[in-house]
Amino acid sequence: MDLVLLFFIFVLAAFLGLELIAKVPSQLHTPLMSGSNAISGITIVGAIVATGANLNGTVGMILGFLALVLATINVVGGYLVTDRMLQMFKKKDK
Amino acid sequence: MEFDNVINLVYVIAATLFVFGIKMLGSAETARRGNLISGAGMLIAIVITLLDQGILDFKWIIAGLAVGTLIGGIAARLVKMTSMPELVALFNGFGGLASLLVAWAEFEKIKDFGWGAYSAEMGAPGYFSSIVIYLAMLIGGITFTGSLYAYGKLSGRVSGQAKVFAGQKALNALVFIAILAIGVLFTWTGDLALGDTLFLVGIALALLFGVMAVMPIGGGDMPVVISLLNSFSGLAASAAGFVIGNNVLIVAGCLVGASGLILTAIMCKAMNRTLGNVLFSGFGATSQSEGDGDDREPKAISVQDAYYVLEAASSVVFIPGYGMAVAQAQHVVKELGELLEENGADVNFAIHPVAGRMPGHMNVLLAEADVPYDQLVEMDNINPIMPTVDVAVVIGANDVVNPAATDDETSPIYGMPIIEAHKAKTVFILKRGQGKGFSGLVNKLFVLDNSRMIYGDAKATISELVNELKG
Repeated sequence: MDLVLLFFIFVLAAFLGLELIAKVPSQLHTPLMSGSNAISGITIVGAIVATGANLNGTVGMILGFLALVLATINVVGGYLVTDRMLQMFKKKDK
Repeated sequence: MEFDNVINLVYVIAATLFVFGIKMLGSAETARRGNLISGAGMLIAIVITLLDQGILDFKWIIAGLAVGTLIGGIAARLVKMTSMPELVALFNGFGGLASLLVAWAEFEKIKDFGWGAYSAEMGAPGYFSSIVIYLAMLIGGITFTGSLYAYGKLSGRVSGQAKVFAGQKALNALVFIAILAIGVLFTWTGDLALGDTLFLVGIALALLFGVMAVMPIGGGDMPVVISLLNSFSGLAASAAGFVIGNNVLIVAGCLVGASGLILTAIMCKAMNRTLGNVLFSGFGATSQSEGDGDDREPKAISVQDAYYVLEAASSVVFIPGYGMAVAQAQHVVKELGELLEENGADVNFAIHPVAGRMPGHMNVLLAEADVPYDQLVEMDNINPIMPTVDVAVVIGANDVVNPAATDDETSPIYGMPIIEAHKAKTVFILKRGQGKGFSGLVNKLFVLDNSRMIYGDAKATISELVNELKG
């Protein structure tokens, strides 16, 4: 893949990220953090490839497997706990 | 080749969903849906990756997904809301380690293929691959041990105090320079055996550096550290994306990196300190002078007497801090608030941006206890009405109500915006004992003429007040 293109994507994503949450009310800071934390578990995609494609290297496969377990914990746990928090934040009937 | 295009198109969709998800997390009405949308993005990214034809063996993938889902699911279900900062730190560390391992696995692949064949397959020069592998390893490693150490501090497994020692900064700088030097060597050498050794040493140093970097940071500064580590875990994923040439990792990781950085900046601003000051000053580790010769003693009050004052009050503001989380007092606090309202008082909760151990910590706890949304008031909105408040009840908060921040230029926290509890007609301070707060600073609020201390466990004290009001 074209390396310059990858950097291009990176830089644009950085600016997008900065713009997206410039104004978030403080009550949502915790869910935002744990929700974005779950997104950082996207490395799970790399872990899947490393686990499944490293057939000739046992070490590589073990590393990939460990990465996969950890990234899955990050993703599943992160999304669930964020949802649990946000559930409490729903509007109260009063 | 055709199918690669399909995969990349689906990754674009996933990235779009992440963007929408983060955007919607920024507003109370849409936050929950936003989280679901970002989760859907993650799901399709995972599913399309599983369809990748390069994947030859599924049994370990399925096993890995199952184990991770089980552990993550149980942890998310069982965690107490008071332990949320620890859990986020832990998940964050796992994400960082996963990125490190992905980079490492890729390096193992290079060792199998040799640089020539690998570069040809990736369509990237060897020096590029080695730089990004080293970066992903480095950021992931620092994120891992840094988060783990932060987890230890937050959960009380290790002391939450800042630890400083002579030559600490020099040592940290030395380790960092060593990390950079080894990185340069790792990139330069074409020899895989030497590269392997350098890489392993690099991992060890990165893990060490994560611990050393968090060591001099005290418990009160944890909101900043957690935000920063959150940002790092995103950057680690992004670097791993460069390693394997994967767009969705680069974009998603970078989004998280940028948003974590914003939160970090917000937290620093709420403490009127620079990031450098938070990270390197060893804040609170040194013993502070005992103020400006103000040797008035804090005056205690009994729960019974406090009850009479509260009973007569027509406006009450609760100011919660980390102590409320420790005492698990949020439910009784809510009950007390309700009883005071029935008694005719106007009840509010004043939330300081850095109260607690992670951004928005107090909001989560009070939401868990079912405190109505509109009673949670942000600092800038509560301070103007503080002088009209009859009773301010400080529950396990300390630095965020220390008036030294506004009037004592010699105080280390001078300039930090605070909730001006001291302007209320009466201030009750619920405190476990007479010790200092996390920052180790003397709090001038405690000795003011309108301040009264109620010593003891916050939950027990408030339960007693609730019983008095009921009785």
